[in-house]
Parts: sequence; C-alpha cells; structure tokens
Amino acid sequence: MNMVVCVKQVIDPEAPPASFKIDAATNKAVQAGVPPVIDHYGEYAVEAALRIKDASGGKVTALSLGVNLLREVVKKPLSMGADELVLLEDPTFDGGDSWSTARALAAAIKKLGEYDLILCGREASDTNAGQVGPGIAELLGLPSVTLVKKIDIVDGKARVERVTADGYEVIEMSLPALVTVSNEVGEPRYPTIKGIMAAKKKEPVVWKPADIGLDAALLGAAGRRAAMLKLFQPVREGKCEMVEGDTPEEAGANLALKLREAKVL
Amino acid sequence: MTEHKGVMVFCEAGNGKLSSIAAEGLGAGRKLADDLGGELNAVLIGEGVGGLAQEAIALGADKAYTIDDPALKDYRMDAYLAALEKAVKQAAPQVVVMGQTAIGRDLAPRLAFRLDCTAALDCVDLAIDPQTRRLLQTKPVYGGNARAIFTSDTDPQIATIRTKAMTPAVHDGSRKGEVINISAGIDPAAVRTAVIDRVVEAVEGIKLEDAQSVVAGGRGIGSADGFKQLEELARALKGAVGASRPPCDNGWAPETIQIGLTGKIVAPELYIAVAISGSSQHMSGCSGCKTIVAINKDPEANIFKEARFGVVGDWKKILPAFTSKVRELLAG
Ligand SMILES: Cc1cc2nc3c(=O)[nH]c(=O)nc-3n(C[C@H](O)[C@H](O)[C@H](O)COP(=O)(O)OP(=O)(O)OC[C@H]3O[C@@H](n4cnc5c(N)ncnc54)[C@H](O)[C@@H]3O)c2cc1C
Repeated sequence: MNMVVCVKQVIDPEAPPASFKIDAATNKAVQAGVPPVIDHYGEYAVEAALRIKDASGGKVTALSLGVNLLREVVKKPLSMGADELVLLEDPTFDGGDSWSTARALAAAIKKLGEYDLILCGREASDTNAGQVGPGIAELLGLPSVTLVKKIDIVDGKARVERVTADGYEVIEMSLPALVTVSNEVGEPRYPTIKGIMAAKKKEPVVWKPADIGLDAALLGAAGRRAAMLKLFQPVREGKCEMVEGDTPEEAGANLALKLREAKVL
Repeated sequence: MTEHKGVMVFCEAGNGKLSSIAAEGLGAGRKLADDLGGELNAVLIGEGVGGLAQEAIALGADKAYTIDDPALKDYRMDAYLAALEKAVKQAAPQVVVMGQTAIGRDLAPRLAFRLDCTAALDCVDLAIDPQTRRLLQTKPVYGGNARAIFTSDTDPQIATIRTKAMTPAVHDGSRKGEVINISAGIDPAAVRTAVIDRVVEAVEGIKLEDAQSVVAGGRGIGSADGFKQLEELARALKGAVGASRPPCDNGWAPETIQIGLTGKIVAPELYIAVAISGSSQHMSGCSGCKTIVAINKDPEANIFKEARFGVVGDWKKILPAFTSKVRELLAG
C-alpha cells in the first residue's frame, strides 16, 4: 500500500480568540505570538494512514504545500511514523484557493507515481473549504469518499465507514482512491522519541512549480478561481445577564425563574 | 458558450419526502432567482423521487428536473455526480445551491472540479451583487473566528448552505410548474463504490436537529454519569442532549451528538451550555440558537460572551436545583 497524506501548516486553531486578528489591508488573518501548527484535520489523516500501515504494511508519504513552512511543524507526520515528506514550497504556490491548491497537489501526486490511497483532512482548519480532497480525486479521476471514520483494506479494495447524520455507511471502493477524514478516526498518536529522532535526520524533498510541470499561471494566487472579496470578524451583539443566588442551588433555581420571566420557558 | 441563467437547487429527499434542507435551499434559491430575474429550478435525484417534483414546485421551483432510477437508490458519488452533471448541463444555471450535508459536501466540490469552476461550502449567507450580478458566498473560516465573502467568474457558481442558516420556503400547493424527467443512463461499471451496510446509531427521544431545546455538556461534565443528569433536564424540557467535542472523544457521549464545526449544527429556541468554554469551533454549531444559557465555573469563559443568561459556579450544584425548578414551573 502506497499512501499519500496531504497535510498543511496552519495558524493554531485552538489559540485564545484574543490572539486572532484580521489585517484589513491584506485580507489575511494574523496571529500574534502564537506559532503555527500542523493542521488537526490533516493529522487525523496521517493517523488513519499509519493505522493502515500498522495493519497491512505500506509506505506513507506526507505532502505539504505552502510558504515559510517551519520544519519542526511540517515534520510532525514524519515523527508520527510517516516515511517520506515532500514539500511544495515556493512563493508561486502562495495565496491559492481550493482550485489551484488541488491542481498543484494532484500534479505532485502524479509525479510521486505509485499510489493506492490518498488521504486528506475533511477540510483545513484555516480555510474550512473542504474542497481540496474531492478536487484532487476529480483531477486524478479517482473515486472518493468524504468524512471516513474507519478504513480497512480487504482483497485489494478499501472498505470504509463514512459518517452520516445518524450513524454511518459501510462503503466498498476500488483502489486507487481518495478519502477525507476527521476526528472520528480517533486520536492521532504521539510522536515517539525514536520517531522524533528519525524525523530530525530526514530531509524533506522540496519541489518547485517546474518540478511538477505546472505553469505558474495555474498556481497559487494567479490560479485562483474563487475571489475573496472580504474577510471579517462578525461583531457579537448582546450582553449576558448574570443570574446569582446566595448558594449555587439558589442561583440554579433563580435561573429557571429568570427564563420563565423572559418567556424562554 | 452556453449562457448560464437562473438558479438550480439540488433537493435531497428521504423517507418519501423532501428533507428540510431542500426547503431551506429552495427558500434561498427563490430569492436569488428573483434577484437575478431568472428561473428557480429544482433537481431531484434518487429512486422514487419523481413523485416529489410537485412538492418542490409548491416550495417555489418553476421547474423540477427529476432523475429517477433504481441505480440511484443509495447515494453513490459516481452515480449521483453523473446525474447531477447531466441536469446542470441541461438547465445551465448560473447558480447551483446544495445542502452542507453528508451528500452535499461530498458532491459539490466534485461537481465544481468536473465543470472547471468553484464552489463555496457551508455558506451562511448567499446574495446577488446588484452591480456585477454575481453570487456572493459568505462562509465561516478560521473555525468560526471569521467570515469570508467569495465570488467567482466561472459558471455555474456552486454553494452549499449550512443547515438551518436559511429561511425555508413556504409551501404553497396552488403553485404550478413544469416537471422534466431526465434519464439517468448510469453505466454500472463507472460506479466505483458500493454501499454494503448502513448503520443507524439510534438516539433515544427527540432528534437533536429537531429539538426546540438542547442541553449540551462539555469537558467539565467529566463523565458519562454526568450526562445522565443532562438527560434529565432535557427530558423535562422535552429537548435533546448535545455535547462539545471532548465528551465525544472521551466516550461519555456518542459521536452523533457532537455540536460544532465538525459536528451537528443546531438552531433551537433554547440552548443550555453546561461546562462548555465556548470555543469558536463549538459555537459554529450553535450560534443560530435563539437563546443561549451558560453554566460555567469560570466567569471569564468565552461562552458568557455568546450567552443571553448565565450562572457562574459548579454545575454539579447548580444543575439539580435548576432542573427541579424547571420541572416545577413547567408542571404548574
Ligand atoms: C479543527 C478543529 C475542529 C473542532 N471541532 C469542534 C466541534 O465541532 N465541536 C466542538 O465542541 N469542539 C470542536 N473543536 C474543539 C474546540 O477547539 C474546543 O477544544 C472544544 O470545543 C472545547 O470543549 P469544551 O468547551 O467542552 O472544553 P473546555 O474548553 O476544556 O472547557 C470546559 C469548560 O468547563 C468548565 N468547567 C469545568 N468544570 C466545571 C464545573 N464543575 N462546573 C462548571 N463549569 C465547569 C470550565 O470552566 C471550562 O470553561 C475543534 C477543534 C479543532 C482544532
């Protein structure tokens, strides 16, 4: 099993809300004093790939696209147990949308050559776009299933559980294929000391646009199909009315009375 | 080049009727179509969906395209994508609206890439720019910390809408419209996935998405036993129990009741958040609730910025008294 996991570097989605600001001039989010992290959704994809490797062997290649990629961040999949790391790191790749990003990743995966399963996060925690995974599959002509919580490889096919609103479906799919995953796959493993040491020694392969044979006009900001007109933080109106009491029990009872008074109950 | 006009809404159906997201899509779609001065088309895909065409017309569609075929009984991406592509090519809409559901989020991006255009998923607002006459797609980004407005030059402009974010269309049985059947013509060999089982993880009582009151617990609940207490309150309110992510990750609550960006979106009249800090990812799933009530021991917790009423303190002491008072008030 040759597996490719697409996983990116993002600003920390769990940093305190106060550290999150929008620079109106550039329409970009800035997070002061908080280092970037590997995208959580992508980390679940790494975990899902490693579980397949644990069960039936194989090779896991992590693929990240971006600029200013901190090695200690993008090497996390390696320290978790991935075998290779390929970076698409060049200013030309920057500022893209799902369309140009999926195009670059699909071209890189083609260049990698042999692959049986591609795994992506259900969406990225910065853009929340949710299109790159299915987009890569469409560009490569592969079947895809989104929001998978379990993957088994049986007789050269993938048997996956796909999350639905009230449970899950069991789907059988031919390989090669693409899946997207989220937290339902289970907690990503912690890197072991051995893994961290191995990741330190391993140098990522860095590819530029020419390496994947794509014209710069199709990549990054130049290749966008979706224009972002505005990025803003919605203002919160409303004020919270605090309900008190001499004891916590009384406060609880007072809360019920308050809700009745406000005709909420 | 084909001229793309009007709006097409992909209407999901289940159990022999249109689902609520279809009514929400048609509600949003009608307004967009009127603003564009174009038609509103519905498209229904599945087995036995032909009979629902009139329903879509009653909900505002001018035309209803149906692709009714046994090969479309289960949702299988390849088959549905081929069917939807056919309908979109035939109707040539400027805008395609789908639901941000298990099907919509799977299908919309593939449709976009197949047609060499773009989609915006999980939109909370859709509008037509009066100057450019292009669709403006507003969606949460950065886990709900911000919102972005997107548009595009390529047709069709595809959007999925967040559940419960749009006002559903009102049913008017006197409306007339045209029904157009399209043959599916699915090549079985081109369908690369098979649904071999479907597991429903039944939750007792009222469905979370339909409940008018939701009692949600967070990490501070601490155990599965704690959730039993939340159930008691939910029962008294004839509502349902929800959770933030940590209780689901820890197995105190089933995954199917997680609320938030990666869980369910709910919009009840009353949302009681117990021992939940109010992260942007959690609030993404409940910011449409009418009244949010928070119980949290930390007066600085973000949830108090979102709530209408709050109590600071230990839920273990506050909740039982609150529940019994609620019971008393609702009984009398
Ligand atoms: C990409 C991504 C997606 C995510 N998606 C989701 C999602 O869909 N849904 C979701 O919920 N989260 C999601 N999260 C997680 C999210 O960021 C938060 O970590 C999570 O919502 C926190 O849950 P919580 O409020 O229950 O826990 P905490 O943030 O730990 O808060 C617990 C709260 O309980 C209070 N408390 C503790 N004990 C008591 C007591 N005895 N009495 C009263 N109060 C008490 C504390 O004061 C605290 O405010 C996501 C995260 C990421 C990175």
